[in-house]
Amino acid sequence: MKQKILRVCAVRQLTGTMFELKLSGIEGMNILPGQFVNVKTEGNYLRRPISVCNAEGDILTLVFKVVGRGTEAMSRLSEGDPADVLLELGNGYDLESCGEHPLLIGGGAGIPPMYYLARQLKRRGIEPTVILGFNTASECYYIDEFRAVSGSVKVTTADGTCGIRGFVTDALEECTGAYACGPMPMMKALYKTLSCPCQFSLEERMGCGFGACMGCTIKTKSGNRRVCKDGPVFRKEDLLWED
Amino acid sequence: MGRLSTVLCGIELDNPVIPASGTYGFGYEFAELYDINCLGTFSFKGTTKDPRFGNPTPRIAESASGMLNAVGLQNPGVDAVIREELPKLKQVFHKPVMANVSGFSVDDYVYTASLLDKEEQVGWLEINISCPNVHGGGMSFGTDPKAAHEVISAVRGAVKKPLIAKLSPNVTDIAAIAKACEDAGADAVSLINTLLGMRIDLRTKKPVLANVTGGLSGPAVFPVAVRMVYQVHRAVSIPVIGMGGVSSAEDVIEMMMAGASAVEIGAANLVDPYVCPKIIEQLPEVMDRFGINRLSDIIGITK
Ligand SMILES: Cc1cc2nc3c(=O)[nH]c(=O)nc-3n(C[C@H](O)[C@H](O)[C@H](O)COP(=O)(O)OP(=O)(O)OC[C@H]3O[C@@H](n4cnc5c(N)ncnc54)[C@H](O)[C@@H]3O)c2cc1C
Ligand SMILES: Cc1cc2nc3c(=O)[nH]c(=O)nc-3n(C[C@H](O)[C@H](O)[C@H](O)COP(=O)(O)O)c2cc1C
Ligand code: FES
Repeated sequence: MKQKILRVCAVRQLTGTMFELKLSGIEGMNILPGQFVNVKTEGNYLRRPISVCNAEGDILTLVFKVVGRGTEAMSRLSEGDPADVLLELGNGYDLESCGEHPLLIGGGAGIPPMYYLARQLKRRGIEPTVILGFNTASECYYIDEFRAVSGSVKVTTADGTCGIRGFVTDALEECTGAYACGPMPMMKALYKTLSCPCQFSLEERMGCGFGACMGCTIKTKSGNRRVCKDGPVFRKEDLLWED
Repeated sequence: MGRLSTVLCGIELDNPVIPASGTYGFGYEFAELYDINCLGTFSFKGTTKDPRFGNPTPRIAESASGMLNAVGLQNPGVDAVIREELPKLKQVFHKPVMANVSGFSVDDYVYTASLLDKEEQVGWLEINISCPNVHGGGMSFGTDPKAAHEVISAVRGAVKKPLIAKLSPNVTDIAAIAKACEDAGADAVSLINTLLGMRIDLRTKKPVLANVTGGLSGPAVFPVAVRMVYQVHRAVSIPVIGMGGVSSAEDVIEMMMAGASAVEIGAANLVDPYVCPKIIEQLPEVMDRFGINRLSDIIGITK
């Protein structure tokens, strides 16, 4: 874990509620796909955990949905503003065990970590198939960014206004491994459907984000695990989602 | 003795800054960031006889200038603490540590405290009779002077190390509880644990915390803590450890003026992991600003 004061270099509104924030000052850090950062926001006591959407050179990209006071404050940041951030948090995805043809599956506000993962896999010569799930066309974002990384990007919308009508489970294909992040119903559906090695990125309310408070503990097959420190990425075989 | 040093039950601390139980784990997360030997000491995660998972999640909620937690004493149990955590801690922390003990019956407290009492790394036993997040134990001992007296005297009879009773603010007369602990043989009292609170999610109309209620801590509780430290310091003749919302060197000084011999820092570690070394570094400068020569001169100076 590291604490840094980063500088806002760009804020861009992607949809009605999704924002992209670019922060500078991460040169020399070792940030892995699937890790998250914990952001101090104006007027709020606790930090806000947000996945790494991209980390390249000196620039960290976060993409987030405005849902409450913290994310609202983040959306109001402007160029030059300081941002107090804890970085290198969490375990990140295991990139070794996905095989030749992995599937990356993101739903709604769970899409951002898939972008950094897709880029890192590509650097290793692996081109994943990406499946992005949204509710409706006006909520779609980052489709072009993903298309620039992968030749195989599938979009699903619940109402059929963009791409395939239905859910990410309607767009699944043969694969050697899968990575997923998104709302719980989506993750549980994937847990039931997929038979390949899978890694799921979980969310939990956090006190610290770095393993000190036991605020985020879940039960797994290998015992009690802190989502912030032992996760947020868990293997399918460790999760107790049978019910 | 240095300007910052203070004495806690016969053991000298380099400074009064002590990370509070439950916000510092067993120290390792912070040892990755800085040399934790800069601390006066720290109080490790509340330990019970048996391993505990704690409460279901969500366990954390936010509030204005603070947070609620309902962790429910998740810990690996006293045997694992002694077998695994203390040897690991020895690698990174070379001062006496404060062992925080919880239980659900008098026997539980006695069992856990007497095992930790035998560990050479343990300098003090902090008996938590104030956890609001477990049922049938914890706080029920700390809200009644008779029950507090019973558990503290039973532990007193079983241990040799200095005994600190950690008090609950969820009472009408905290001084009476403190007196009962002093009469039962406590060497010091520490206060405050968290204030019982609750939040509701407007969208779902349900409590935010799975446990429904949780303990409030952070800057929101600071004035309550200062008041209680002041009242308790005047009521007892044993040392008082002050805590509740402390986040700066100024807050440390205010707590000490109210009557604290040392100060614990909880929630602040979670939002600013460097807060303790920062406070230790800033103390001399802030003392200069207020004309304070030694911290030990100001303990309970406010009349
Ligand atoms: C590891 C991790 C990675 C995440 N990555 C992203 C991301 O890349 N993009 C994105 O849009 N969102 C992400 N989230 C969710 C994001 O943390 C919440 O949406 C955000 O904290 C909400 O804060 P708020 O103040 O706007 O909402 P409020 O509801 O006002 O927040 C109140 C409190 O609840 C907490 N909280 C609320 N919702 C969540 C949630 N879903 N998960 C955890 N804590 C929550 C807040 O942190 C805060 O402490 C991630 C969550 C986790 C745990
Ligand atoms: C996440 C969390 C866990 C806690 N766990 C314990 C515990 O195990 N034992 C204990 O005696 N107090 C526990 N406490 C209480 C703190 O030690 C402290 O008394 C309280 O939080 C007030 O101080 P603060 O406002 O600086 O946080 C916990 C507090 C928090 C926030
Ligand atoms: S949020 Fe504190 S341990 Fe995970």
